[in-house]
Amino acid sequence: MKDQLLQYTLRLGDNALILGQRLGEWCGHGPILEQDIALTNIALDQLGQARLLMQYAAEQKGEGYTEDKMAFFRDVTEYHNCLMVELKNGDWGRTIARQFLFDTYNYFFYTALLSSADERLKDIAQKAIKEITYHAQWSAEWLIRLGDGTEESHRRVQESLNDLWEWTGEMFMMDEVDKAMLEAGIGVDLNRIKEQWDQKVSQIIEMATLTKPEDGWMQSGGKQGEHSEYLGYVLAEMQHLPRMHPEAEW
Amino acid sequence: MSSKDNWKIWEIFIRSRNGLSHKHVGSLHAPDAAMAIKNARDVYTRRSEGISIWVVPSDEITASSPDESEPLFTPADNKVYRHPTFYEIPDEVGHM
Repeated sequence: MKDQLLQYTLRLGDNALILGQRLGEWCGHGPILEQDIALTNIALDQLGQARLLMQYAAEQKGEGYTEDKMAFFRDVTEYHNCLMVELKNGDWGRTIARQFLFDTYNYFFYTALLSSADERLKDIAQKAIKEITYHAQWSAEWLIRLGDGTEESHRRVQESLNDLWEWTGEMFMMDEVDKAMLEAGIGVDLNRIKEQWDQKVSQIIEMATLTKPEDGWMQSGGKQGEHSEYLGYVLAEMQHLPRMHPEAEW
Repeated sequence: MSSKDNWKIWEIFIRSRNGLSHKHVGSLHAPDAAMAIKNARDVYTRRSEGISIWVVPSDEITASSPDESEPLFTPADNKVYRHPTFYEIPDEVGHM
């Protein structure tokens, strides 16, 4: 139970941390200054959430762990994020499509987490839900703009949705950790989230004049620590400085 | 992005607190008013600078011409009596 809560906390924290790191790659490369700022703001929000969750995870772990040690001294197989957040950003359309699929999930997830029996997770959800609500609005609005935009933007964002679809299933797969946490009243019922997510995603995709891909075979493994080839590179960039200078301070 | 020309410029006004008026804070690009508000939120209010945002297309603003500044403004320069400084405020009034 103790290990499962730690794992559950890390899954949430790692989703936020890795997606924040990925979005940070857009800094200075956004299509226009205003969107560069908007996206890096979202990246910073994700990092803020990751910090709260890493602090909590470090406290659970004990043994002198800190949030920094959690973030910078775990290797690929010790990371528990969903595979989708570690995928390459691709073009603006793909980044928006991934953000939309994830933000919508996150919105329903954290709304449910507001009633968690675990006080810390509940507090974190309360802090995060406002910014998560904004992220979900922002990326849905952009999906509609691109889908209902030019022929090229429509084509690109549709292709991105098609490519990303097989990575969405993992978010809703319940393994023994998810089941135990749900039973304890701490975790969230992912089957319920899937229903809410399906409904919202269908609605926005329709408004965007796009086509919702069919559910088929789904990728999985990230939550259990089996990752794609990309996470190693993400961690190398994120971790090399603290690993080279472990005692370094600002 | 070839359609950047569609992104016109908007002037942004922020009200920092209730009771104060909106103040011009700068300008930014956006394709329409809805996104201008969102962009203004991200660019200008991240550090709790405001509770309300106005956005106005820059080309909707009519400005006075610098060439006209003499006839418009200098006549006021030598009329000090227009400033309310020629009477004493009773102490009871306190801060005005």
